[in-house]
Amino acid sequence: MVEVNLWSGLRALADGHETVEVDGSTVGEVLTGLAAAYPGLKDAIDAGVSMAVDGRIIASGLTEPIKPDSEVYLLQQLKGG
Amino acid sequence: MPKDDVKTENFRFVGTRPNRPDGLDKVTGRAKFGADASAPGMLHGAIVRSPHAHARIISIDTSKAEALKGVKAVVTRADFATDVTGENWNVLENVMASDTALYDGHAVAAIAANSALVARDAIKLVEITYEVLPHVTDVDAAMADGAPVIRAGTADKSVPAGLHPNVVRYHDSGHGDVEAGFAEADLVIKDHFRTEATHQGYIEPHACLGMLGGDGKGELWCTTQGHWNVQKICSALLGLETSQLRVTASEIGGGFGGKTTVFIEPVALALSRKANRPVKLVMTRSEVFRASGPTSSTSMDVKIGMKKDGTITAAEGVFRLQGGAFPGAPMEMTAMCAFAPYALKNVHQVGYDVMANRPKQAAYRAPGSPMAAFAVESVIDELCGQLGLDPIDVRLKNASKEGTKASYGPRFGRIGLVETLEAAKAHPHYSAPLKPGQGRGISCGFWFNFGGETSVSLALSMDGSVQLMVGTPDIGGSRASLALMAAEELGIPYENIRTTIADTASLGYNEVSHGSRVTYASGLATIEAARDTIKKLCARAAAKWGIDADAVSWEDGCAVPSGPNAGDFDPLPIAKIAASMGRTGGPIVGHYEATPEGAGVSFATHIVDAEVDPETGKTGIVRYTVVQDAGKAVHPAYVEGQFQGGAAQGIGWALNEEYIYGADGRLQNDVFLDYRIPVASDLPMIDTVIVEVPNPGHPYGVRGVGETSICPPLAAVANAVSAAAGVRLHELPMSPPRILEALEKQRDG
Amino acid sequence: MSKIHVTTSVNGDAMEFLCDPRETLLDVLRDRLNLTGAKEGCGTGDCGACSVTLDGRLVCSCLVLGAEAEGKEIGTIEGLADGEALHPLQQKFIEYAALQCGICTPGILVATKALLEKNPDPTETEVRYWLAGNLCRCTGYDKIIRAVMDTAADMRADAKETS
Repeated sequence: MVEVNLWSGLRALADGHETVEVDGSTVGEVLTGLAAAYPGLKDAIDAGVSMAVDGRIIASGLTEPIKPDSEVYLLQQLKGG
Repeated sequence: MPKDDVKTENFRFVGTRPNRPDGLDKVTGRAKFGADASAPGMLHGAIVRSPHAHARIISIDTSKAEALKGVKAVVTRADFATDVTGENWNVLENVMASDTALYDGHAVAAIAANSALVARDAIKLVEITYEVLPHVTDVDAAMADGAPVIRAGTADKSVPAGLHPNVVRYHDSGHGDVEAGFAEADLVIKDHFRTEATHQGYIEPHACLGMLGGDGKGELWCTTQGHWNVQKICSALLGLETSQLRVTASEIGGGFGGKTTVFIEPVALALSRKANRPVKLVMTRSEVFRASGPTSSTSMDVKIGMKKDGTITAAEGVFRLQGGAFPGAPMEMTAMCAFAPYALKNVHQVGYDVMANRPKQAAYRAPGSPMAAFAVESVIDELCGQLGLDPIDVRLKNASKEGTKASYGPRFGRIGLVETLEAAKAHPHYSAPLKPGQGRGISCGFWFNFGGETSVSLALSMDGSVQLMVGTPDIGGSRASLALMAAEELGIPYENIRTTIADTASLGYNEVSHGSRVTYASGLATIEAARDTIKKLCARAAAKWGIDADAVSWEDGCAVPSGPNAGDFDPLPIAKIAASMGRTGGPIVGHYEATPEGAGVSFATHIVDAEVDPETGKTGIVRYTVVQDAGKAVHPAYVEGQFQGGAAQGIGWALNEEYIYGADGRLQNDVFLDYRIPVASDLPMIDTVIVEVPNPGHPYGVRGVGETSICPPLAAVANAVSAAAGVRLHELPMSPPRILEALEKQRDG
Repeated sequence: MSKIHVTTSVNGDAMEFLCDPRETLLDVLRDRLNLTGAKEGCGTGDCGACSVTLDGRLVCSCLVLGAEAEGKEIGTIEGLADGEALHPLQQKFIEYAALQCGICTPGILVATKALLEKNPDPTETEVRYWLAGNLCRCTGYDKIIRAVMDTAADMRADAKETS
């Protein structure tokens, strides 16, 4: 199980939780797991999210590996100029 | 990648300053920009635009325009795809209005004619009946009860209940307990800040030449930061299969984020399809200001608590950004960047994305971050001043380091903020004496930087020279940097490598040149493609020598046996292998495709000296120093150029640039005379210090540099001006009238 | 409206064309004579990207009508180099990385050449004020000014040698 930290704007959509636990060994699996466990999060995830895994920002890749003890943060999708 | 895989020294080519490959074309006027192309039978397009800030479109009568001699086609929203959803719908609605004009300058129809003058005359003959509606342009006014609703039902599920329908997205993040933190502080300062919208100000207006046949096949030449993105969006908006549209990127006369989307390209293609002729469409400068993508304007509240010893105990920010009549104001970037330079136990940031009757915002160099720095760094400056503390020492005391929990959540990897602060502190500028009437300001800044989809191909010519094909338009000198990285890997001279920006039909997908990603991501891909090529070259040598491929190494542009046991063979130069490649297995091409995730964040510290004329309110920038972490400067002259360019744009944003709207909601200053960007006589020389703290995510440690340089100047200049004038300014730009008003208030109060 | 027939000289070459009375010299150079080196950045004489010389005088070609070229000598960026030999300013701009996107570069080179013909020994302030009518958004002007000052010094030294 991976512990995922949500930004507070998303907590209302995840039954008020600040951190949620899901199964998954890649970014893609964790996102799928989040949407399945908390359907309220699906729209936000589909709209686009970035993830920070152990400090590394994963802007969009789904195949990046995640370890069970990884520090994982869900962030709003990052864009540049 | 592991730190040991990052090369940090013994570079032969990386770090040098050769002439850029496109230099000759650009100094002779030969280089072809967006408006420099033409085609046989070409028509000229022009766009009919709303003169109202908010109005229902009741009817459009194009009959008089169509009757004008020389007019060949007219399009309205009806000529675009109807099955478009999500962000594509927002783009299409902005490209051409459906039933409502949402801002002054919003496109409502377009004409193609056989000369630019006829097209210009024809658009005046289009008769449109509008029902003018109440409008709102200010971000706070747009959130208030009773504000005109831009488009009901646009808010996403993140927005808390009870807010005005113009609030369409919401961000809330942070950690700790800010109330407890404020209670611990010896001094708490809370301030309100406002910044007006600015424009990227690229000197080249949007321009394109499109040809779209009734068979669904098209060619588009345009000035853009990302032609695959243009291909994707135009295909969706015109109902085409993506691969049937080939887009070629021209040289680009500045972008800074403003050319990462589309405005006129779908219109040119729609006109072309209707007329069955190529159509050239170029924006006037007025159209660029009114109807391309300026930044958001902001209203911000920042509260910071500090102990007498300089420790920041808590920080809180609320950031309201309007992004025009569509969702997308980068408020989450503002919120996440605001306190990123500081290691904080208690921090909380909130962002609101608000719609108003203004053009759809587009990215501008680190979108959202400069405004945040303006507010936060101004408050820190105030705290330092009132507590009698040195501004750099306080920042050093609280600086984020490797392992610090960032204000936006995750822990930082290897970063270079402290190094930039220390370099700034040691710089002679920081200790230089100030003349009477001068003030000094400093500021930090932060930006994320990006990776993104990248494809690179590296092909050998038969003489051993190299064609490097990349897909990221060169917006800052990247062709030179990429050739340097290829030269470094291949061990051949920089001059033997020609870098080309391939069109969409000639290479795999490439994400837009934005997010300071090109030297990082196209660079990483170039290095990997070169390594792929080297593997293939070594295999040819191995076959020729009759030894195993892993017994061959590559050194100084030659295949060599990797050890004495491999065999006694003379080095085989690249030219020799290339000359016979057709007969030894076929042409040799290396390639690499990936979405690299490992772009390093970057920090900067700026020092500014300013003086204010108390009679006119005019500010002179006396001295400016940029210190920024580049990870590894591949071509130092172009890194310096990014530092200086970002600083200059920030100075303009701080002192003069703003969108001025009349009571009628119309933009008043849509020309360069009245939208005043810095000119040569406004600025001093801009000194630069390149700090190099390698990014573990790139083979040479490269971090993006293009954007971070615009993050500190708004605050650095504000701090310098506030010190020089003796009064704190909270609103940008700090134009002469505003400074005079503040001085007067201070005298009276 | 019938077109006007204009006979003129551009970079020393005799040229003639037909143009609408409303066309600017910039329109004519770019669209009729295929000299696209001068750029339209604003159309209102504020940015200098369209800088050319008209009988030796520096002008914004977007503020001159095409018909006004009649009987005049026009100098554009395309005439700066002498065949293969670049003008010292062009060479220096490349060496000093005094351009990034390059859209303002033709205008700045034409303007600077006109300055140095008038004043071969300008101060930094004089260079900055002369170029105040040429907007650059990429460079912050630093490397441009350095390139101009150093080229002026080189050209003065060359003039001394050959005199």
